[in-house]
Amino acid sequence: MLHNLAALVKYRGLIQSLVVRDVKARYRGSVLGFFWSFINPLLLLLVYSFVFGYVLPNKVPSAEPYPLFLFCGILPWTWFASSLIESSGVLVSGGNLIKKVLFPAEVLPIVTVLANMVHFLFGLPILLIFLLFAKGHHWPPLSELAWFPVVMLVQLILTTAFALILSALTVHFRDIRDILSNILTVWFFATPVIYPWFDAPQGTKQFLSFNPMTHVIVSYQEILFFEGPFGHLKWLLVLGVISLFFFLFGYFIFDRLRDTFAEEV
Amino acid sequence: MANAIELTNVSKVYRRYSRKRQFATLKSALLSRSLVRDLNPEDTFPAVQDVTFNLPTGRTLGVIGRNGSGKSTLLKLVAGITKPTTGSVKVNGRISALIELGAGFHPEISGRENVFINGIMLGLTKREITRRFDEIVEFAELKDFIDAPVKTYSSGMYMRLGFAVAIHVDPDVLLVDEVLAVGDEGFTHKCLDKFGEFKRRGKTILLVTHSLGLVERFCDEALWMDGGKKKGTGDPVRVVGAYITNVEKSEEATLAAADARAHGSAAAMSPDDPASAALPDHPIETANAPTDMFRATEGRWGSREIEITEVQLLGPDGTAGHVFHSGEPMTVRLQLRAPVAMEDFVLGVGIFNAEGLCCYGTNTSIEELKAVRIIGDAEAKFDIARLDLVEGTYKLDVAVHKQDGYPFDYHRLLYTFRVKSRTKDVGIYRPEHSWSFSESMKFSRTSSPGDLDDSH
Repeated sequence: MLHNLAALVKYRGLIQSLVVRDVKARYRGSVLGFFWSFINPLLLLLVYSFVFGYVLPNKVPSAEPYPLFLFCGILPWTWFASSLIESSGVLVSGGNLIKKVLFPAEVLPIVTVLANMVHFLFGLPILLIFLLFAKGHHWPPLSELAWFPVVMLVQLILTTAFALILSALTVHFRDIRDILSNILTVWFFATPVIYPWFDAPQGTKQFLSFNPMTHVIVSYQEILFFEGPFGHLKWLLVLGVISLFFFLFGYFIFDRLRDTFAEEV
Repeated sequence: MANAIELTNVSKVYRRYSRKRQFATLKSALLSRSLVRDLNPEDTFPAVQDVTFNLPTGRTLGVIGRNGSGKSTLLKLVAGITKPTTGSVKVNGRISALIELGAGFHPEISGRENVFINGIMLGLTKREITRRFDEIVEFAELKDFIDAPVKTYSSGMYMRLGFAVAIHVDPDVLLVDEVLAVGDEGFTHKCLDKFGEFKRRGKTILLVTHSLGLVERFCDEALWMDGGKKKGTGDPVRVVGAYITNVEKSEEATLAAADARAHGSAAAMSPDDPASAALPDHPIETANAPTDMFRATEGRWGSREIEITEVQLLGPDGTAGHVFHSGEPMTVRLQLRAPVAMEDFVLGVGIFNAEGLCCYGTNTSIEELKAVRIIGDAEAKFDIARLDLVEGTYKLDVAVHKQDGYPFDYHRLLYTFRVKSRTKDVGIYRPEHSWSFSESMKFSRTSSPGDLDDSH
């Protein structure tokens, strides 16, 4: 397993080209092209702002300006959720490669996660514009912004671990894809994206802290949105360590199932 | 000499899931607690069984065998795409496998980008591809289209590009699975030239193909797979010869079975009622009319006042068979029976090709033979000194009827035989022929002498 993991480094050139290809190919033929990477989260933002700003105006003072708060959570959540959805089908749809080309299969889910990360990065300029023009909002200090890449790294490891497990299992159980979209809906509401974690009731708060994505999203929010020090840092680092082990576990499962892929997809 | 490929007692067993497993989902697997059982199916299919062979570096091996004999699985095992169930596979050097050309091309992006990504997948670095890019494009003959998205390519263009990339990977071991049919004649020759160049440079090639001529011409060794097992190995000409003989035997068996079926259905028709036996478009009074001669519907009809009880095709050694070689003698032997003496009858034979075209037809009346009498059991032989037909499947008509066409027993296309030939000439009839040239003109043989020898 570790041998295979090390061999993966050899394939970084391939991973890089495939990510570029994925990003390029996704919006090929559409009029707006890669602007969809902006527009998609923007539209989602509009919907939630409308619902929670006008339809159900349940103002939480700590989460104002609400659209900005929302955006800090939705952008990374979209990365996470679409990575999982896409990677669950990636081995099946890439079956031709697995069957006909000598090819390390884990490249496919990894590329999926990375390509979605690129879309996440494309969305950041919009976030930047929001931060600049939001009324009465502070500009996050540089000392906190420096932690931003660390949060991304933790999310990357965590997402990749999930992607590896899901992609491998979906080869054997195609229904994971359908179950997954439902799970992700529940998961979305169980993650403090549309409401602040700090204002949740004590019991709920504790319950939510078992959700790894809570700590990722709260970290983004603390860095970009909330004033004051990055208090969630220690949670994030613990999650980072757990994610690393989880990644190894995910890779182990993937590696164990590897030889069955060529026959099953 | 070091071995480039070493296979030791390699077996590959595919799981064959029962119908239940195919519809099984996670839910049902959990509910019936059959998860573990389903993942350990008892029903298995051995695709490759206990194959051992070594291929020294620089040699070219041709793998032949019928469909489903495990050739492609063997290739995938060597390529490392699937792992052997038991045994070990060792390959020394960089492998490039031409299994499916252009696998991994993304339809939406340009040929240029696909060349890079495909090249990287096959193990090249970006710099190596940049260096060879022009060569690849030129080889694929796609200069004008390289920047168009691959989805706009024709299938031939797609395959050519895939082939060009794969062949420029510069592997130490090249694995080729029946991919030479990817272009026009010119492109095929270019591919063969490229293989030849590989050979000269001391690379190892493993070729899975149905093109036996190619194996004989091009390979140093041949491996014959049959039912997942190694059936023969060694000198290509010898192995290919053994394989052809074996294929003929099984074709013989299939044709015999088909004949038996045809007779079975023909015999089911009532023999004494010509009207009901005749097919609607075969009115008996025109059974011998020229228009009917060319209509290719099989069947049997006639009054059976004289009956053809058995038809056999005899080869040069006098044994009955269904597979014959072009240029060799063939005899049609008819067993007849006439319960009462008859004086007005004609025997006829017709040979039709697979398209239903009459290749040859004659009868005793045409050949100015007048029947005198037949009573009881009789035998007639129609000797063909040289069966000068090109390769293909042919059907036989035999008939006995009155001078005026009234059918006693008409067997329409009920007997099938196959003509084999080592030369791939075309048409229907092959006249006995040879070439001769003046001094100022010279030819050399492109294939081993066995290729042109009909009787091998």
